[in-house]
Amino acid sequence: MLTYTIRRLVLAVPTLIFISLAIFLLLQLAPGDPMAQVPLTVPPEVKQKMREALGLGQPVHVQYYKWLVQMFWVEPQVLIDYYFGTGFAEGKLRVISWQTRSPVMDIVVQRIPQTLWVVGTAYVVAILIALPIGIYSAYKQYSVFDNVGTFVSMIGFSIPPFFTGPLLIVIFAVQLEWLPSVYNTVHKVVDWDSFVIQLKQMVLPVMVLALQITAQLNRFMRASTLDNLNQDYVRTARAKGLRERTVVLAHVVRNSMIPVVTVIALNVPQIFGGAIITEVIFKVNGIGQLLITALFANDLPMVMTLTFIFAILIVVFNIIADVLYGVLDPRIRYD
Amino acid sequence: MTETSENTVETYGALQDKVPDQPPTSQWKDVWHQFRKHKGAVWGGGFLLFITLAVIVGPYVWTIDAQKLDIRAKDMRPIYVALWDGDAKTGWNHPFGTDQLGRDILANLLEGGRVSMAVGWLAMALTMVIGTFVGVTAGFFRRADGLLMRFTDLVLSLPILPITLVAVTLFRQPLVSRFGPEGGMFIMIVGIIGITSWMQTARIVRGEVLALKEREFVLAARSIGTSSSAIIRRHLLPNVISPIMVSATLGLAAAIITESALSFLGVGFPSDFPTWGKLLADAVSRMEAFPERVMLPGIAISLTVLSVNYLGDGLRDALDPRIRGR
Repeated sequence: MLTYTIRRLVLAVPTLIFISLAIFLLLQLAPGDPMAQVPLTVPPEVKQKMREALGLGQPVHVQYYKWLVQMFWVEPQVLIDYYFGTGFAEGKLRVISWQTRSPVMDIVVQRIPQTLWVVGTAYVVAILIALPIGIYSAYKQYSVFDNVGTFVSMIGFSIPPFFTGPLLIVIFAVQLEWLPSVYNTVHKVVDWDSFVIQLKQMVLPVMVLALQITAQLNRFMRASTLDNLNQDYVRTARAKGLRERTVVLAHVVRNSMIPVVTVIALNVPQIFGGAIITEVIFKVNGIGQLLITALFANDLPMVMTLTFIFAILIVVFNIIADVLYGVLDPRIRYD
Repeated sequence: MTETSENTVETYGALQDKVPDQPPTSQWKDVWHQFRKHKGAVWGGGFLLFITLAVIVGPYVWTIDAQKLDIRAKDMRPIYVALWDGDAKTGWNHPFGTDQLGRDILANLLEGGRVSMAVGWLAMALTMVIGTFVGVTAGFFRRADGLLMRFTDLVLSLPILPITLVAVTLFRQPLVSRFGPEGGMFIMIVGIIGITSWMQTARIVRGEVLALKEREFVLAARSIGTSSSAIIRRHLLPNVISPIMVSATLGLAAAIITESALSFLGVGFPSDFPTWGKLLADAVSRMEAFPERVMLPGIAISLTVLSVNYLGDGLRDALDPRIRGR
């Protein structure tokens, strides 16, 4: 298992380098010019100087190499400096945003907590709802509960977040006035009242995100439980005279969780991608919203870094899913 | 001697079923039979057919121009609002109301549906063509397998939504200047969706082809000298059609949602060119006063995707010979 994990981790490096190259070339092909917003009165030679100051004068491979160095060598040094107070990265160039002229990673680090809070809560809520419903639907297959559950998760599957978002805002924020429609990111939790406000403003975005994840996980859990319920070991467990509770909860659920856990891990990056739309609707200033604004502002270093962060998430969670599968299921042997 | 021979003849006669109990059924008849049992799938298929026909024929029946501005008849409410609010500005000449510039919402919905459905169907077709091509090539030619599948894995680990956003925003200008604002965007979005969503289909098709090509009928075809391309066309493709159909339904739903999401985020079609996602996005800013402008396109998208998903569910059951006939 350890060898397998190490091999996968080593293989992830060329994958990530290839992905970064693909994104970089895509951005290079783009016709946008960061000087497009500069007033026309600025003479062309000054504009050319400004372009070169942004590092645009050099050939593509030099630019890519410099980005690699900044991303994988300088940024980790900055992180070490931050934690241990050392001075490795002093005076070294970091990836600079064209919008704010400040290091991209500093902005990303400011934005990540908001995304993590919303996405993380939504995921936990979705898991807590989806798994019991999935298990019970499978246990009572074709019952009213199962049919209703299937129908509801089909709907959750089909309604896109950019529709559920406005819909929930109209119902809960406009008509009922129970919840705020905009996520206030500068809000600080200091006491019980401010905690309640934080909770209230998280409800809507979390609901929108959780609805989709719940629908998906519920289907997986149901299918996986159904597969296990007909197995011989279940009959044996019942024949031994175990209580139905024990048979289902201790035997069936534990075995059917194996594929579901990997699906949960595999879906994490997708949720981050899907959170882009939810963040735009509820004005959560997380990394998804950052990506959208950077795109519209033609801020290529920011777009590059953010897209690459999404790619890292995908690669890392793919490895986690595969390794988890091997750890949980002793029948799976990778070596 | 004669007796025994007569006996044998009679035994054979008794054993042989001259007339089969049931008339022979073809595979597609069985599939249709199983498909009809899945109520959701039949409804889904019916609704998909209905909405596709509606957006094709609709603009000829409801002939109001979607772009026509009628500032006197602006901000009209749908006709059903009159049920509980007699003073509301309603009228049968605009059954679904009008927007802030007096454009008829029903006409816009039909026109927008045309674009959304066209993007969905075309992007799905492109996805299937690329996916099937890569899958069959990788499954059939062992030399291409490793390279193509590594490539598929790589593309699978690309962050699709961010990359789509990046590509659409950055390449909008050159395509729009070449093919016009609508045509350029159309090619762009169909292309992007096609290029970024073929991987699952390719994997499924490859798996099927890997198993199929070891079967006897492929060996027989090869031993009478059939060329590789003929084996693929006559023997492999007809046999992988069922998984392709199932993933096509998923692809259609995903394409419609992606197009609407792009329009919603403001990187889709130009603003005077209605699609369902665009109509929804434009209406969000005034949804307190006019909730129907968000609801109607939203419901159109959701119902279409829901029906496509149900259709896929039914097709999966109907095309799986292990489930069929139970």
